[in-house]
Amino acid sequence: MENTNLTLGILLQLCQLLLVVLMAPLLMGWVNQCRAWLQNRSGPGLLQPYCTLRKLFHKDAVLAHDASPLFRMTPYIVFGCMWLAAAIIPIIAVDLPFSPAADVIALVGIFALARVFIALAAMDIGTAFGTLGARREMLVSFLAEPALLMVFFTSSLISHSTQLPHIVETFAHHEFVLYPSLAFASVAFVMILLAENARIPVDNPSTHLELTMIHEAMILEYSARHLALVEWASSLKLLAYISIGIALFLPQGIAGVGNWNALPLAVAALLLKLVAAGAGLALLEALIAKMRIFRVPEFLGTAFLLAVLGLLIHFLLGA
Amino acid sequence: MPITHPNLRLTRLDGAIPAWLGEIKPGDLLPICQNVSGGGGRLLALWGSDAREQGRGCDTLPAEPADCGSSRIAPPPAPEGCAPPCRGRGFALHVALVNEAGLICLSMALDAVQPVYPDISRIFPAASRMQRAAYDMLGIYAQENHDHRKWVRHAAWHGGSFPLRKDFETSPHLNPLPQAGEEATVPSLLEGGKQSEGALLTDAQSRDPLSNSLGETTSHSTRLQETAAKSLVIPQAGERTNEKGNLESLEPDAYPFVQVEGQGVHEIPVGPVHAGTIEPGHFRFSVVGEKVLRLEERFGYTHKGIEKRFESLTLQQGAKLAGRVSGDSTVAYAWAYAMAAESIAAVTPPDRALWLRALFLERERIANHLGDLGYLGNDVALSFGFAQFWILKEQLMRNNAVLFGHRYLMDQIIPGGVAVDLAESDMQTLRDECAMLEREARLLRGIYEEHAGVQDRFIGAGRVEPKLAAQLGLCGLAGRASAQAWDARVQFPCAPYDKLDVQMATYRNGDVAARVIVRFDELFESLRLQREILANLIHGDDLARPIEKLPGNGFGIGMVEGWRGEVLVAIHTDAQGNLTRVHPHDPSWQNWPVLEHAVLGNIVPDFPLINKSFNLSYSGQDL
Repeated sequence: MENTNLTLGILLQLCQLLLVVLMAPLLMGWVNQCRAWLQNRSGPGLLQPYCTLRKLFHKDAVLAHDASPLFRMTPYIVFGCMWLAAAIIPIIAVDLPFSPAADVIALVGIFALARVFIALAAMDIGTAFGTLGARREMLVSFLAEPALLMVFFTSSLISHSTQLPHIVETFAHHEFVLYPSLAFASVAFVMILLAENARIPVDNPSTHLELTMIHEAMILEYSARHLALVEWASSLKLLAYISIGIALFLPQGIAGVGNWNALPLAVAALLLKLVAAGAGLALLEALIAKMRIFRVPEFLGTAFLLAVLGLLIHFLLGA
Repeated sequence: MPITHPNLRLTRLDGAIPAWLGEIKPGDLLPICQNVSGGGGRLLALWGSDAREQGRGCDTLPAEPADCGSSRIAPPPAPEGCAPPCRGRGFALHVALVNEAGLICLSMALDAVQPVYPDISRIFPAASRMQRAAYDMLGIYAQENHDHRKWVRHAAWHGGSFPLRKDFETSPHLNPLPQAGEEATVPSLLEGGKQSEGALLTDAQSRDPLSNSLGETTSHSTRLQETAAKSLVIPQAGERTNEKGNLESLEPDAYPFVQVEGQGVHEIPVGPVHAGTIEPGHFRFSVVGEKVLRLEERFGYTHKGIEKRFESLTLQQGAKLAGRVSGDSTVAYAWAYAMAAESIAAVTPPDRALWLRALFLERERIANHLGDLGYLGNDVALSFGFAQFWILKEQLMRNNAVLFGHRYLMDQIIPGGVAVDLAESDMQTLRDECAMLEREARLLRGIYEEHAGVQDRFIGAGRVEPKLAAQLGLCGLAGRASAQAWDARVQFPCAPYDKLDVQMATYRNGDVAARVIVRFDELFESLRLQREILANLIHGDDLARPIEKLPGNGFGIGMVEGWRGEVLVAIHTDAQGNLTRVHPHDPSWQNWPVLEHAVLGNIVPDFPLINKSFNLSYSGQDL
């Protein structure tokens, strides 16, 4: 029995690994499709990101003459980081073999690793835009990172653990409690998600104006498979963040320890949540305009403040 | 008389707009410009023409480096057979000024060998680039002007050959291979100036001491070129260092930007190839952090020889080309061209044609304003606004295609009238469209104005104070947003605008928000005008009084308030009545330099928004 469970667990873990990497572009396609609908456009279709990836993988890569190995390595590192992050977050079942690795602080570290590499790669080739993008990315992320940690700490304090499976287990499978502190944390988290995934109002993923770009400016010099990996990593990152959001704030429906029968329902619930989250993201982006870059610190400062408020409320109310 | 000056005799030109023509001497140019400027007038356009007699061998290029270098003291020997007419009828400089009374066209004969004229860029800063372009195209130059960098020429054709000269041969000059001493035309140009105005230029000389080891005069610009060549040597295929190792010729495309120095200051070069599909232009930002300390533009990438092409076209072909100078203003250009031709031929188009022209012009304005308002939404990432406005613009253009046969209304205005009629039954389509646009645009205006995020981006960005706008001659829509109340439809109403009572939209703030407000106001005003035009459209079958050929030695000028600002077309004909020189002038000439000022102190990511709020033409000024 023990052995079967372990095999099943590993199988499931592999399933999640495959699922996230295959599903991430679909999520991106869904968000784009929703954005198009909200703008009265017919939109490119759900499968467009796959077509783009296929096209990019078929192209020959063009590299700058003075690109160092770092520049070539970075897409793989970033892709690996994001894949790992998305794969270990408990979204289907809580007791998968890799789950102990899913420590929230480690997750923040994984994101930071990817960011450092992509910023270095952006500066590596020495174009004005790469440096510009890297500088702005650092401005955004050094403010977003502590806010993200604060969000995590709020939920960790409630569940007495920084392990994501524990946190999820606490929220999902105990009696339903409304935590006011989590309400603040969730608002802060949405703001961080927007900033970290280069979405409106911080960045505009669909812009062609090179001077306004943040994330896109960093990857302007990438082409073909490198670009494909970076794009894919971006969609994985979005999936990972939405997964974290689901795990922290809406884990209901996830399969409990050893409860394999709940799996089909858990997958269905997850899909529903992702669809709703994607649509919500698109709606948010349709309603707001991009802010001046110097408003971003205010925006992320607000996120940090909300997260800290969540923490304080937890201490004050114990909830 | 729009202005009075003792040495100026103005003659009224025929035509729809009040315009006067006067011949002046070089010495009178500055006082007259000063006079117009002091009276609140502006510079509209500056262009040159080649009036030398042909086939006389009098075309030794005056700016030829060797020629000039050797002729510092003695004037260059007149080539054989080059009798006085050659000297007397040399080049000509034309300056179009405007004040409240109307258009003043000044023509000034320039020497065939030393075609110099006084620099007017200190009175009208906008003249600077026009003067540089005039040198690139024709080899006539403003003395005392220290900016000798090529404007439209780039590396496409050799220095010392000027396409708009009548003796320019097209084929051998288009080879971009650099030759020794080619770039030396720039210092020699200054030499020429020294020769004629020695006293003034020794001053310039003392500031820029001769230091070139090659023994060539080093002017301000060559020195800059050298530094640029040293700092950025990009070896290109097929390009070799010549025997002299001459740096200037090694870098035919060197263009030294003014550098800002200081701690933390760096440059961001943007373009001419951009991340999006837009027209090419190079922008050099000097920034500290995100703050823009200086912006310098460089254009000329869409130079396609339009002015040269005009010379070999018939009047009717020219009308088609005029409509393609800048595609978004095709109606304005075609009308201005037709107006100039009609002025020479003293023809007045039928009334119905004039009303239809006004209808086209207002439709062009509506389409462009809708498009720009959408783009402005897009630039602040409010894609909703972008999509909505572009749906409206698309609807308008589809109606254009159905009713008039062309989405942008190209070739619908011909010299003498219009080429297409509006059927009685189609008028209802336009009225319905008008009502729809009015309703939707008002709704969208409300959304833009109440959207905190959008207004936060618009307000205060790219501000041009009215005082600065007046100094720099900001014109058109952008000018009206900075309290520069110029609108040719209001001030010089040609038929049918004299019956329409156009309300000018102006605003004082001069920021992006102001330009958006002016766009909205003009949009609604144009919709109102379109309704008026439809109501008053005179019936008749007479659409055009075609002009077969223009009279000889004529000069005509046409000015139309396009959506961007006043579009001007000047036509010169030769003795046989062929087009000998056509100069289309876009308001972008005046407004691009102001953009450099508008972004100062703003942050780099706001530039695209500010740029879009001006939405100037590259094609229209690169020609």
